[in-house]
Amino acid sequence: MKKEFTITVYGENQIGLLNRIAIIFVRRKINIDTMNTSPSEIVGIHRFTILIDETEEVVRKVCRQIEKQVDVLKVYFNTEEDIVWQEMALYKVSTEQIAEKAKVERLLREFGARVVAITKDFTIFETTGHREETDKLVKVLEPYGLTEFVRSARIAIIKKSRGFHEKLKEFEQRAPGEELVENEFLNQRQGVFSM
Amino acid sequence: MEKIDTIINQKEANEILASPQFAIQVKEETEISGSQAVLEAFIAEGVDTIFGYPGGAIMPIYDALYDYNDQLKHILVRHEQGGIHAGQGYARSSGKVGVVFATSGPGATNLVTGLADAMIDSTPLVCITGQVYAHLLGTDAFQEVDVINITTPITKWNYQITDANEIPSVLAKAFHIAGTGRPGPVLIDITKNAQLQKFNYSGYKKCTFIRSYRPKPTVRKEYVERAAQLINEAKKPMVIFGQGVILGGAEKEFKAFIEKGGLPAAWTILGLSALPTDHPQNVGMLGMHGNYGPNVLTNECDVLIAVGMRFDDRVTGRLDKYARQAKVIHLDIDPAEIDKNVKATVALWGDCKETLPMLTALIDKKQHPEWLQKFNEFTQKEIDVVIKDELNPTTDELTMGEVIKVLNELTKGDAIIVTDVGQHQMVTCRYAKFNETKSNITSGGAGTMGFALPAAIGAKFGALNRTVVAVIGDGGVQMTIQELGTIMQTGINVKILILNNQFLGMVRQWQQLFHDKRYSFVDIESPDYVMVAKGYRIEGQSISKRDQIKDALSIMLNHPGAYLLEVMVGKENNVFPMVPQGCSVAEIRLS
Repeated sequence: MKKEFTITVYGENQIGLLNRIAIIFVRRKINIDTMNTSPSEIVGIHRFTILIDETEEVVRKVCRQIEKQVDVLKVYFNTEEDIVWQEMALYKVSTEQIAEKAKVERLLREFGARVVAITKDFTIFETTGHREETDKLVKVLEPYGLTEFVRSARIAIIKKSRGFHEKLKEFEQRAPGEELVENEFLNQRQGVFSM
Repeated sequence: MEKIDTIINQKEANEILASPQFAIQVKEETEISGSQAVLEAFIAEGVDTIFGYPGGAIMPIYDALYDYNDQLKHILVRHEQGGIHAGQGYARSSGKVGVVFATSGPGATNLVTGLADAMIDSTPLVCITGQVYAHLLGTDAFQEVDVINITTPITKWNYQITDANEIPSVLAKAFHIAGTGRPGPVLIDITKNAQLQKFNYSGYKKCTFIRSYRPKPTVRKEYVERAAQLINEAKKPMVIFGQGVILGGAEKEFKAFIEKGGLPAAWTILGLSALPTDHPQNVGMLGMHGNYGPNVLTNECDVLIAVGMRFDDRVTGRLDKYARQAKVIHLDIDPAEIDKNVKATVALWGDCKETLPMLTALIDKKQHPEWLQKFNEFTQKEIDVVIKDELNPTTDELTMGEVIKVLNELTKGDAIIVTDVGQHQMVTCRYAKFNETKSNITSGGAGTMGFALPAAIGAKFGALNRTVVAVIGDGGVQMTIQELGTIMQTGINVKILILNNQFLGMVRQWQQLFHDKRYSFVDIESPDYVMVAKGYRIEGQSISKRDQIKDALSIMLNHPGAYLLEVMVGKENNVFPMVPQGCSVAEIRLS
C-alpha cells in the first residue's frame, strides 16, 4: 500500500549529487512530491529531504540505491509519525480586496499567518505548518482573488535521531564500529533471524 | 568572437606544449601540466595499456602521451565504442582496471553503450574524456556535450575537472572507486584548460579511503552462523553463482565451499569459468537458455545459496514462481542487491572472499549423492532431447554446437572465449569448456551486440600469453567490424570465429516461436568476410562443410597472427532448452 514517506539523505556537498539522487526516482517513474536541499547540522554535509508517495518496499529499495551512491553518507526513510515536519507557504492577494472584504485580523489569528509585505497594491501572507494548514488558507483566500501562491518543500527532523555528528566521526574512521558498517535497511528487514 | 579566441588559445597552447623547452621547464620548476598529471597517475596505478581515440578536446593529453610512449601502451581503436569494449575485455581478462580515452562531444557519447554495459556487468573502468575549455561550458561550444549528466546513471561515479590541481586526487579516487567493492565504470571529464594548466605537482598519492564510500562491510558472524545452520539442515541444497566469485578473486574459496558441503553449483552467464566446467559438482547454466536440471531443480531445492549474483530476470524467469519453496541465502557485496528481486532468508552481506571461508568453516562435510543424481538424470534427458543433436547432428546443416565442440577439443578448455550477443552466445556459453577463471567474456546484463570483436582485442592485451577466440554472429560482427583495423595496426593475435546463420538468429527464433513466424527484418545479409578481412590484411577462410571444421579451426588456432574463420551454419536452428519469457524456470522447454 502506498503512503507518504519522508526520505532524509546526508551527502557530500558535490556538484551532481542532486542529479544522481533525482534520477533514481525518475528511472522508476516515481514522482517526487517535494525535495529540499540544504546544509545540515554539519558544515560541508548536505541534507536532502525528499517526500514521495510509495509502498514501503519500493522506498526501501530506492533508499538502498541512493545510499549506494559514492557521495552519499547515509539515508533514512520515515513515515509521518517518526518525524516533525513543516512546510512554508506564501500568498499574495490584492490589498484593496483583502482590506475591504476580509477580516484580516481573524485570518492572521486563525491560520497563524504573518503579513510579510504590504503595499498599496498587494499584501503577502506567510504561514508555516502542515499541508492541511497551508491549504486551508488557500481556500479562504481564493474568494478574495489569490494572485499568487507558493509552497516550499517539506523539511523534517527525525524525532529519534541524535543528529549526524557522532555518525560522521565513525564514517571518518577507517575501521568503523559495528553500528555503522551495518546497513540500516538490512538491519531493519524482517525475517533475517526469524525463520 | 569566442570561437576565434579559442582557436588562438588552442594554437598558442599547442605551440607552447610542442616547444622543446617545455619538458625541461617542467622538471626545473617541478611544475607539470594537468595532462602529465593524468599520465603520472596511470603509471602510479600500474596502468600499462590505454584504449582510445584522440580529438580536439583531449589533444593536450595525447600530446603528453607522446613522451610517455615507453611506459604506456596506447591502442588506437577505430571507434570509441570499440575503445571502451576493449577496455572492458582487458579488465575482464586481467582483473585490472581498464583505461579508456575519448574526446569531448561525439567521442564521449560513443562511450555510452560501453559504460552501460560495464555498469550492469560490474566491470572496473576509468574513462577519461576531454571537454571544452571551462569558460565555454554551457555555451554549446564545438564538440561540447553534457557528458556528466548523460553518464550519471551508467557510471559508478563521475566527475568533471576544471582545475589541474584536482587531477591527482580525483584520479586516485577514480581508480579506488572503479576497482573496489562492486566494481564499475568511472568517468572523469577534464576540460581542455585543466589539461594544459601547469601546477605545482607534489606527487601522486593512492586513495584508499573515502568517508562516504564503504566498498565492503565487516562481516557479522551471526549471519554466517545462521546461513551455515540452514545449509547443514538442508536435504537438497543448491548453489547458484555469478561473477561475484570472479570479481572477488574467490574461485578457490568457492571450490572449497561447494566441495566440503557436497553442493551442486550452477552458474549465471557471467559466473561461467569461475568453476572449471568439468568439475563434478558443476551442474550447468541457469536461466533462459541454461541447462534443464538447474532450472527445474531451482524450484525443488530446499536451500538456495546465491553467491555473487543478482537474480537477473533472464535467470529467474517468472519471479513469483521462482524458488518459492526454498530458503534463500544471498551472499553479495552490494547491499542494494539483497532483497531486490528475491527475498533472502539470510542476507550474507560481504566480500565472498571473506564470507565463503567463514561459511566453509561452519558447514558439515557432506555429500548429497541422491540429490546430485537428480541433476544427472535431468542432464541425461537434456542430452537425449537437445544436446545429442546439437553436438552430433545427423543433418547436412552445421550446428553452432558442433563447431564449439571441436573448438573445445582443440583448445582443451584453455582459451579465453569472448562472445557477442545472441544465439551463438548462448550456444557457446552452454557448450564451451573452461579450465581457468576469467576465461568467459561476454556482454551479459546489457546484451550489447558488437561487444565481442573489440572486447577480444582488449582481452588479448590483458592476457597476452593466452589464446583469445572471439565467437561472433553475423549480426554482431557487422556492428563493430571496423575494429579489424585495430587488429591490423596492432598485429594483435585474436582469433575471430563468425558463426553465420544468415539471420539475426535470436530475434528470428522469438519471431518463430512467439510471433507466428513473421520474420520481420531479421534477414540480414553479410559481406564476404574473408575479403573484408583480407582488406585489413587479416587472413581467413569460410567453410560450410562438416569435414572442414576441425582443419579450419586448427589452421585458425595455429596461425601465427589474427585469423578470421567464417562457418556457415544452419539458418533456422533454435537454441533449446528455453524458459519462455513470463514462464517459471520449471516450465523450461526442451523443444
